[in-house]
Amino acid sequence: MGILDKHKIIETNATLLLVFSFLVVTIGGLVQIVPLFYLENTIEEVDGMRPYTPLELTGRDVYVREGCYVCHSQMIRPMRDEVERYGHYSLAAESMYDHPFQWGSKRTGPDLARVGGRYSDDWHVDHLRDPQSVVPESVMPKYGHLEATLIDGEHIGDLLSTNAFVGVPYTDEMIETAQLDFRAQADPDSDFDGLLERYGEGVIVRNFDGRPGVSEADALIAYLQMLGTLVDFSTFTPDASR
Amino acid sequence: MSKKQDDDLDYETTGHEWDGIKEYNKPLPRWWLWTFYATIVWAVLYTIAYPAWPGIKAATPGLLGYSTRAEVADEITRFEDANSDINMQLASVELTEISQDPDLNQYAQNAGGAVFRTWCAQCHGSGAAGAKGYPNLLDDDWLWGGDIEAIHHTIAHGIRNEEDMDARWSQMPAYGELFEEQEIAQVVNYVMSLSGEPQDASMADAGETLFMDNCAACHMEDGTGDRWQGAPNLTDAIWLYGGDYDTLVETVTYSRFGVMPPWTERLSEAEIRAVATYVHALGGGEAPAE
Repeated sequence: MGILDKHKIIETNATLLLVFSFLVVTIGGLVQIVPLFYLENTIEEVDGMRPYTPLELTGRDVYVREGCYVCHSQMIRPMRDEVERYGHYSLAAESMYDHPFQWGSKRTGPDLARVGGRYSDDWHVDHLRDPQSVVPESVMPKYGHLEATLIDGEHIGDLLSTNAFVGVPYTDEMIETAQLDFRAQADPDSDFDGLLERYGEGVIVRNFDGRPGVSEADALIAYLQMLGTLVDFSTFTPDASR
Repeated sequence: MSKKQDDDLDYETTGHEWDGIKEYNKPLPRWWLWTFYATIVWAVLYTIAYPAWPGIKAATPGLLGYSTRAEVADEITRFEDANSDINMQLASVELTEISQDPDLNQYAQNAGGAVFRTWCAQCHGSGAAGAKGYPNLLDDDWLWGGDIEAIHHTIAHGIRNEEDMDARWSQMPAYGELFEEQEIAQVVNYVMSLSGEPQDASMADAGETLFMDNCAACHMEDGTGDRWQGAPNLTDAIWLYGGDYDTLVETVTYSRFGVMPPWTERLSEAEIRAVATYVHALGGGEAPAE
């Protein structure tokens, strides 16, 4: 009795069929997924990557909450037209501290992977308040409520430690001073030396929305203004094997 | 159930039988089956030709040596090479000569249009008509100068940004801290009179002295502005933020601080010159100053 003749046993035994099907899917999954965890070239090391500051991380949460990823991608694909329009193609390392990543899958609006520094804070405020005031053909909804919603970063330490739990290298000091750093970044008159010491000199400290207090718009604009700006591509040499 | 199907009981069956129900043995069409086999063979060959199988340190590179990164780099180089002569010419000639050379001018207009739609349209509008706070580039009113040299400088270094030392810079004081509300109302009425807008004549008269003492240093005594300081002409009825009474009160009280980023970091000299040529030709471009 050949092996092909034995398939009747599987066909007539539903539980066995389920077990074997599961086994096949498991093997397929393992072969595809496991190498990504050990292959050295999955995520190349690049200079400049740092965890998000508390304010930026909050802005990222606002970005996720408002569903920005539904219309905006954060993934510049390695194609000439995309590189010419948006800048250097995205590297895996650039979303290594994203949980979950915001690559997106559809562009109703433009890609935002390198939107940082491209527009002024005022433009972002105008654009969030009324997108059509600056881009008449835009179909983006209005997000004026963000600047009206003041936030105090009460749970920001918890947010950082949760991120630390899944692998983002936040130190205990960063978690302890999270609320302080959160407030300092949106206030250029504050003492923000500690913030720069912990997260690097490149951190942008500004009153992003131009209004008193820390609003959700402050957080979101802080996040948008740093997107894609961490890696210095003048010193980056692409490894063709990746 | 047609009668014909009842007669079909003599056809070959697979031998499977459940509760007296038998299964016909009707194999797949040969063409379908062979196509299916061919796709399997294709898939295997594909994984040999292209990067695919995971190894210990890296995945197999594939016999064709294909790399997405190399491909995009080649593609970018191919276009750079194709345009390198004309880009070099564009980046090296005198700015005023670009429009004199028909070929160079046509190239600069097209390339500049593409750069404008990619990088400038978000603020200045896809048709360059601007928006509140973002200047219209179609008219002949210029804050910082409208000849090709001035436009080039503005694009290259930007306005009131912190990144570029050569950025154009000026700052109007917020008169809310210096004037009484009544005084602001008087100055605004005077400013409205400059462009012939309806105003309260007696208020405007009172505002004239305040204007001469505080505003004329930048906006000039006749209100025609000063491009060296980016001080707008107040007599031409063209308003960046709005010329109605309430908006002018807001402008005088809190001042304005329009920012434009520098483009030297993001665009090549040829691209900056191309977009300067494009903007210059939009309608309001001025001849070079003597």
